[in-house]
Amino acid sequence: MAEGRVVGIDLGTTNSLVAYMEGDAPVVIPGVDGSHLVPSVVALDPIPASGGRPTVTVGNSARKALIQTPERVIYSVKRLMGRGLEEIHEELRLFPFHLADDVEVDEVPRIQLGELRFTPPEISAYILRQLKRNAERFFSSPVTQAVITVPAYFNDAQRQATKDAGRMAGLDVLRLVNEPTAAALAYGLNRAKAGTIAVYDFGGGTFDISILKLSNGIFEVLSTNGDTHLGGDDIDNLLLAIALNEIHAEHGVDLRLHPGAVQAVRKAAIEAKILLSTEPVAHFNIELPNGDSYQREIPRAVFELLIEPVLKRTAGPCKQALADAGITPEQIDEVVLVGGSTRISAVRQLVDDLFHLKARGKKPHTELNPDEVVALGAAVQADILAGASKSTEEMLLLDVTPLSLGIEALGGTVARIIQRNSTIPASATEHFTTGVDGQTNVAIHVVQGERELAADCRSLARFDLKGIPPMSAGLPRIEVKFLIDADGILHVTAREQRSGQAAQIEVKPTYGLTDEQVESMILDSFDNAEADFAKRLLIEARNEAETILTAVERAPQSTAWALLRGEEQSAIIAARDRLTLIKQGENAAQIREATLALDQATRRFAELMMEATVSSALTGKTMNDAGEELADTVTAPHAMAPAEFQ
Amino acid sequence: MFKVLDSAVPVACWSCSIGHNDSTLFCPHCSKIQPPPGGDYFSVFSLEPKLNLDMPALEHEFHRLSRKLHPDRFARAEENEKEWSLADTALLNDAYRTLKDPLRRTEYLLKLLGAEIGDGHESKEEKSVRVPVDLLEEVFELNMQLEEMRAARATGEAYPELQVSLEQAKRKFDALQQSVDQELRDEWTAWDAGDAGARASSQKRMVALLDRRRYLSNLVRDVTETLGA
Repeated sequence: MAEGRVVGIDLGTTNSLVAYMEGDAPVVIPGVDGSHLVPSVVALDPIPASGGRPTVTVGNSARKALIQTPERVIYSVKRLMGRGLEEIHEELRLFPFHLADDVEVDEVPRIQLGELRFTPPEISAYILRQLKRNAERFFSSPVTQAVITVPAYFNDAQRQATKDAGRMAGLDVLRLVNEPTAAALAYGLNRAKAGTIAVYDFGGGTFDISILKLSNGIFEVLSTNGDTHLGGDDIDNLLLAIALNEIHAEHGVDLRLHPGAVQAVRKAAIEAKILLSTEPVAHFNIELPNGDSYQREIPRAVFELLIEPVLKRTAGPCKQALADAGITPEQIDEVVLVGGSTRISAVRQLVDDLFHLKARGKKPHTELNPDEVVALGAAVQADILAGASKSTEEMLLLDVTPLSLGIEALGGTVARIIQRNSTIPASATEHFTTGVDGQTNVAIHVVQGERELAADCRSLARFDLKGIPPMSAGLPRIEVKFLIDADGILHVTAREQRSGQAAQIEVKPTYGLTDEQVESMILDSFDNAEADFAKRLLIEARNEAETILTAVERAPQSTAWALLRGEEQSAIIAARDRLTLIKQGENAAQIREATLALDQATRRFAELMMEATVSSALTGKTMNDAGEELADTVTAPHAMAPAEFQ
Repeated sequence: MFKVLDSAVPVACWSCSIGHNDSTLFCPHCSKIQPPPGGDYFSVFSLEPKLNLDMPALEHEFHRLSRKLHPDRFARAEENEKEWSLADTALLNDAYRTLKDPLRRTEYLLKLLGAEIGDGHESKEEKSVRVPVDLLEEVFELNMQLEEMRAARATGEAYPELQVSLEQAKRKFDALQQSVDQELRDEWTAWDAGDAGARASSQKRMVALLDRRRYLSNLVRDVTETLGA
């Protein structure tokens, strides 16, 4: 078996990251543009003039398309993972994209993107494939195994959908790890301390709280709770609604009819939110299509009042988690903050109140970047699974199932068979029989949730126990074993005990893809082939080289060129000629090296260009960085968009 | 459901083919992981069925076995070992969850011994059928008050006296629960130390105590829910 690297992936609502263990420390793997975060945005480029399938782009370049071609872009797809048609209908009203018009009620919803249709796992697979490629580019070798994080409160269907996405992206998903637990791993790596910790994880689209007990490298989750539809997105939507309503009232323009304009306002809302974490006031200043401009001041106090109901929704799950763990806030030794939304000062105040921190002279942990800590923890778990490293050999994560598992009993009530917060893997054995003479089928309905009635819980699967030998009613004794694995995913097996016959089960997931469907959705099936991989690396390297060469070709015409010293100019020309030559060859590593050399040689030129084009001087940036930033404002010297191949 | 302590069936190790005791998680000869053994939850921890357990020792053993059995340790193993690691760890977790909780542990042992006990997941109505006779009057009163309180909540009215009296009732039933718990602990010691005859009569008392305990805790839960709504 190929024992390649195992990477850790945080597949986030807003941003995604890939990380790995470098020695005994986890580090994030940067993308082509040097950035750690890959925005979880997927765009469909226009159909090429030559015909054929349009190209899919992911990340920053896809985000740029959001304003120009919103109908060809999908973001926050995590909120749609593993959910049924009626569940996402309401949600979709807030997004510019919409369902394909031929979607049936009992199938996985497909989203219309330009002229194509995609299921949420397929969209996630494109994001995962981008991360996989970033890692492969970084290591210059194939990456096929990964740990992917999910919100702790994700149900069975949402977990299965995430695993399906991994498979479609050509990744063997060795484990799904809960995000708050991953964060605890990242923090716990260098301290063999014992104690009880709470992880408060408030991200872009989900909220989780987990209580863990640490002892000698064992991370035992005592309880977890949360809300898979509560996050920074909800705060953005509040600000967005205010702006849209005021623009409509004051300027008579209903921007809701212009998806592109809504996205521009959304961008402004997000920027205002981020600013308010550090500044006492932020401003909206938005150009309207009719030439008017909408201006508004948002003092922090107003912002905090506005978001209070959203923040308060995190308190209930925290209290429930404490109660389930059987501990008081005072027994929590440490609190870890995870997720971008924990930068909001009102959130920190709420956490302080919930766990009585200030009163006990304690502060929450924020040392690790809250946007990166989950990916870092995923890398730690990846290292544990790879089993090859001294630094993690003593560590073990014991996680729990967030929701109770039950079966629908007579009268529509729920018989609980595995309680929430049970350590996983967990199992339960139930016995069923027939109600009518000669009956050969028994139907079973499995649900997940805490409510008394099955109709109020989340339907997981319905199955028929088939092939029961015909007997008098009540005589067959069918043993059904329910097993929740270490990923939090349910498996079912059944046996008729009197005849010894294994009853055949046909599990029909209520929300999910069949194995065959997943198989048919696998992105470029030859992605893992060695030859194909080398070819791809070469094409990527040549594309990167091409981009920078095009930019350098135009350099002598720019005013900044004249400001360079003679030897600087000749160094650039020498590096350019070398790259032009090496690019003809077949060695991807050499091309990358020569590209990097040219990029370094043009560093001062890039700075001068920036000074000439934007008023503020940005020092210490290479042309790579500059390209990304200048792309929106001026003709970029070379905006290095991540390469994409079909 | 589980064989009681009669698990000394010799089986051959899948890996080294040497015979070993069925109740073992690892082959004593080649140390390879084995399919889920027969035997009860106590035998997973190499314990005799007892009701008084050394909790720190149980946790220590749980952690020690988890480190060896957990699927994380078999992520890159062959399919069969992966599958057994999953099944063995599920058994370990189920056993630990049952044994670490005093009520679940008592129920489990009594069931092993053949007692008929509510299996913990019957519906709300079924749970409230068996009202202990000595509590009949108080329970009747309490249910009236709970109804009134729910009705008051629905209309948004405040009933401070009702609140106070429900809180009093909750304290009373809390105290009753605690005395049941104490009686149960006394029975544990009696059962653990007793001969067959003493055990048989202790079992009967424990079954009755568990019924009463379950009834009380449902009552307290209802009151807490109504007060906290």
